[in-house]
Amino acid sequence: MSFILETRDLTQVYGAGTPFERMALDHVNIQIKKGEILGVIGHTGSGKSTLIQHFNGLLKPTAGEVLLSGHSIWDEKGRCDRKTRFAVGLVFQYPEYQLFEETIAKDIAFGPQNMGLSASEVDKRVQEAMDFVGLDPAMANHSPFALSGGQKRRVAIAGVIAMRPQVLILDEPTAGLDPAGRDEILAQIQDYHARSGATILIVSHSMEDIARLADRLLVMNQAKVMLCGTPREVFAHADEITQAGLDIPEITKVVRELVRRGFDLDPSIYTVADAVKAIRACKEGK
Amino acid sequence: MLRDITIGQYFPGQSIVHRVDPRLKLVLVMAMIVTLFLASGPVSYAILAAYILSVIYISGIQPKMVVRGLKPVVFIVVFTAVLNLFYTPGNVLWSFGFLKLTDAGIRVAVLMVVRILLLIIGTSMLTYTTSPIELTDGLERLLSPFKKIHLPVHELAMMMSIALRFIPTLIEETEKIIAAQKARGADFESGNLIQRARAMVPILVPLFISAFRRADELAVAMECRLYRGDVGRTRMKQMKFGRVDLGAGAVSVLVFTAVIVLGRMGW
Repeated sequence: MSFILETRDLTQVYGAGTPFERMALDHVNIQIKKGEILGVIGHTGSGKSTLIQHFNGLLKPTAGEVLLSGHSIWDEKGRCDRKTRFAVGLVFQYPEYQLFEETIAKDIAFGPQNMGLSASEVDKRVQEAMDFVGLDPAMANHSPFALSGGQKRRVAIAGVIAMRPQVLILDEPTAGLDPAGRDEILAQIQDYHARSGATILIVSHSMEDIARLADRLLVMNQAKVMLCGTPREVFAHADEITQAGLDIPEITKVVRELVRRGFDLDPSIYTVADAVKAIRACKEGK
Repeated sequence: MLRDITIGQYFPGQSIVHRVDPRLKLVLVMAMIVTLFLASGPVSYAILAAYILSVIYISGIQPKMVVRGLKPVVFIVVFTAVLNLFYTPGNVLWSFGFLKLTDAGIRVAVLMVVRILLLIIGTSMLTYTTSPIELTDGLERLLSPFKKIHLPVHELAMMMSIALRFIPTLIEETEKIIAAQKARGADFESGNLIQRARAMVPILVPLFISAFRRADELAVAMECRLYRGDVGRTRMKQMKFGRVDLGAGAVSVLVFTAVIVLGRMGW
């Protein structure tokens, strides 16, 4: 099994040697498989935002290493190749606040241009990225600042997708969106995954959203990896998750309550469809 | 890197220095600056240095923090010292080409360095021990006589509080934007001056937009709380000139007077 991204004892200390010293990552070991969707969940301050900034070399590890396709992203001289940034596309939280160009197309082209691609290739990628996030091609020459919040966010996401990263990392892509906007963005991410085959990391503290999308979940707590596995494996540890102050999906709560009341169900069920099936089977079995 | 900026940094505390009326602190700092320039000899400087060191001691602020605050002025201090060392006329002690080290030069250089250091430490003690709110409140009260000549004192003080309040916020915002643009392959470190200036555009545009957005939101929030300038505004914290203030003021005035008198005598 080859891993696209891997961390080995990744450790990050902020403010070393001052009274404000704080460990943001504590010997974190993660393996991310090529082509999977990995959901990263954790409380504010659990280290998840720090973690994702290590994946494209924005932060330098205090100790440990980050491997991209098996090679450390930091060379012996302590430098990080800019190509890492293009291979691992990072969409920050509220990415709409990073827009700066006069037109949507120009803004999306910023990344590909930094890669040094030809004008025609940049154009191609801009169109492709706009298509991925469902932006009307006619809008290419509009100002991004005239758009609604949700649309601005799509432009920002397109700006990263246009670099065709092997790994796409999204930090809270649905924060601050209404339910319709949230579902749309998530559906587009899923669609992008199906069409491009890229590896995707989604950071969120909404279990609900992420459990539906992700192949595997990574739960961070107090700078450490608490749990890592398929949603079923992770939700089997529902008690630990709630103790860490995180939520489990509503439907898992319902199923667990039924189990507590003596019904024979699998307590790690996390989708409504599975729950319906299991409850039916349980009823007929009686 | 941006986090190293310590302008207006405040270390909360309960010491006497913290509790002294901000108006008095402002006046004393101004008096201290004047005194500093009237001091002339080692004795007067020593007294003033002792005064400032005891203020640091009483305030309970870690000397390490005070030293850290001096970092930005290291260059000016060294520059001044070198200039004074070699360009003050007097008895030549050592010379190398056009450089002449004189006895008066050493004396002047040492005193100048002490003067600059005391100036910086003394004024930064004001911001270290006074919260920005207290500071601007004090300034507003102090300047309130100028309202008579229609100087918008309250508005100026409010602008200052808002500016101070938003420094850390905007620093954080800038760091986020820099990280986001770096993630899109932006390069801020290489290229010539023009290229580097142009590389700032993807940072500055979002930063300005966000500053305007914040200003808008702040204005709405202030109006929601019925802010309308200082017309009929009352305060939660009343400033009272108490015994602590009287004591601190008396001691300080005594020290300053002594320094000025000694300074005039050339000590």
